[in-house]
Amino acid sequence: MKKNILFIVAILIGAISYGQGTSLPAVTLKDLDGKDVNTATLSNDGKPMLICFWATWCSPCKKELNTYADYYEEWQKETGVKIYAVTIDDQRTVNSVKPYVNSVSWEYEILSDVNKTFSQAMGVNSPPHTFLLNGKGEIVWQHVGYTPGDEEEVHEQLMKLAH
Amino acid sequence: MKRISIVVLAVFIVTSGWSQEQQSSGDTKGQLHGNVQALFQNYNPDEAIGAQVPDAKAAMNTFGNFTYTYGQFTAGVRFESYQNAILGFPNRFKGSGIGSRYVRYNADNLDITVGNFYEQFGNGLSFRTYWEPNLGIDNAMDGIRVIYKPFKGLALKAVYGQLRYDFDSRIINSAGIVRGIDGEVSLNELVKPWADKPLKVTLGGSFVSKYQSGETFERDSTVFTLPNNVGATGGRLGVVYKNFQFTGEYVTKINDPNADNGYIYKKGESIFLNGAFSKKGFGVTASAKYVDNMAFRSDRDALLFDVPINFLPAITRQHTYNLAATLYPYATVLNGEVGVSGELFYTIKKESKLGGKYGTYISLNVAAVNSLDTSHVGGRSELIDGYVVDSHGFGDTKFVRDVNFELRKKINKAWSINFIHYYFEFNTKVTPVTQDFKGIVYANIDVLDIQYKFKPKHSIRAELQSLITEQDKGNWATALVEYTFSPHWSFAIMDQYNYGNSDPEKRVHYLYGNIGYTKGASRIMVGYGKRRAGIFCIGGVCRAVPASNGIEINLTSSF
Repeated sequence: MKKNILFIVAILIGAISYGQGTSLPAVTLKDLDGKDVNTATLSNDGKPMLICFWATWCSPCKKELNTYADYYEEWQKETGVKIYAVTIDDQRTVNSVKPYVNSVSWEYEILSDVNKTFSQAMGVNSPPHTFLLNGKGEIVWQHVGYTPGDEEEVHEQLMKLAH
Repeated sequence: MKRISIVVLAVFIVTSGWSQEQQSSGDTKGQLHGNVQALFQNYNPDEAIGAQVPDAKAAMNTFGNFTYTYGQFTAGVRFESYQNAILGFPNRFKGSGIGSRYVRYNADNLDITVGNFYEQFGNGLSFRTYWEPNLGIDNAMDGIRVIYKPFKGLALKAVYGQLRYDFDSRIINSAGIVRGIDGEVSLNELVKPWADKPLKVTLGGSFVSKYQSGETFERDSTVFTLPNNVGATGGRLGVVYKNFQFTGEYVTKINDPNADNGYIYKKGESIFLNGAFSKKGFGVTASAKYVDNMAFRSDRDALLFDVPINFLPAITRQHTYNLAATLYPYATVLNGEVGVSGELFYTIKKESKLGGKYGTYISLNVAAVNSLDTSHVGGRSELIDGYVVDSHGFGDTKFVRDVNFELRKKINKAWSINFIHYYFEFNTKVTPVTQDFKGIVYANIDVLDIQYKFKPKHSIRAELQSLITEQDKGNWATALVEYTFSPHWSFAIMDQYNYGNSDPEKRVHYLYGNIGYTKGASRIMVGYGKRRAGIFCIGGVCRAVPASNGIEINLTSSF
């Protein structure tokens, strides 16, 4: 048991120091029209991107994205950021995604990861999980969970990238 | 098996080392993604809540996923450890070792995976393998998957392998062999002039077959032969037109005598239909589902969560608040059910009388599920097929009714509230979520969730929940207070009180507190107290977790 834990800790430390600056794995997701989208091709003309994993059954996720929605216009003006909201809703709830998104008027790009292929490839344990990518498409920051006020840190990180 | 694991690990380590050299010379970078989770729990005796104490008095689940990509190649491995398995997980999971390993080649139009993989055909009615670590569900295929896109608008998939059944220091697969093919056509991508048309159409079809050596058995002095091969075939349609969307799938399965259906030879059938309309500020959905004898497993003698080939999600909403989510959660009755559901989402406009400064969000959700409309015909055909279906409509037995209404409102920058009312009629004879009552539970649940953000990074949240019922364990009340200091700290304390239990000795307070610390993509949560027995569900798959009293530590990290 001790050996196992040591093994994990060693890999973890190595991986964390190494993991930053990596880019997105190639996985095929669907957009809200049912069209295939390859995650390796996500881009924003050299400007930052936020990738937020969420689900319709996840309260903190909806809280997070509803809060970002209040700031989105302002953040876009300041930094040109684009938000991809990747839903991990499975077949039980995935058909409610578009009606929900429209009802709360989110302006994000919505992608569906119905069998969690992308979220697993990104190392997501459970949503919400937010990744910040720089203009080159490299992951520079990430955050798990959402507590009110986390948007301040997201904004700080975005401003760091912009300047 | 061990040899394969070693080979995958070797490929993994070699490519990691190799890529770092490449990286330093400025070439294409190798990518490492992954995560680690460790869950520890100790168990103290507590008779009043019926807490179970395993011999080891503590349990720990650990896993680490490592996915390494270099150009068109990916290698992945998962380390798993159960020392022993946390209560509520399959207790046959034991030891430490490799729980998943694969290599994948992915070029423009060809994607080949060898080893373990997760895949879903269409809506999953004919085939879905997935991993749900929080429930201990992993029916990963172990074999080969090929995805080929010969031209734009057509995707072909083929899978061949065995499903993961167990873990005992290594992967243990189930007996059967599963083969499947799937094709999906996107008409708008296939036919160039349709590319920008508002009507988007996708068509798909699949065939999945399992092989398991069949023997004979005897029933009422008739000898039956079990089929070696069982196939399921399905077709599906997806349509999007401006604000409308429609999804439909039909899957049928030939004779498949198994433990779920009592070894009858009747064919299986499932239909899933969903339509929705939405525009800015408004969304509405309607669904219908029909399931008849659709348990489809790679081992005909398996039951419950073991080795499902297909996925039949529940049509009820997945609830999140504790009392609504974990006492009477509904899961699909695989042997047969008919259900309908509808949902409405609406945001009352900002700056209107009811909308206030930030708008007011409301949603309404209704679902009803009954038994199939069947009858018994007796004689030889009943001996073989069990029953006959009279119509695709509702049968006489009520399985579940679920009506819920939600109102969410941000009052000002500091205050926001969320109110939900639920009404359940829940048949515990059909979905045995409790040992204390067999029949229909009628329950009204109210939840009030208030958040007060008194400084930009400091908030207090309070949750009050009430469940009123005359059946089963009677009334419950829950109160929770949580203080969060963004972005790192959270402190919560919760009391759950079964004040309506007809047995005065069971009117217990379940007091539980936890502290969480988050830094970037890592989080540690330490909790202590009493946890009520509950049913935890994800996507309509549910697992019973017994009552416990003790310390819980949960560490997660992603990279």
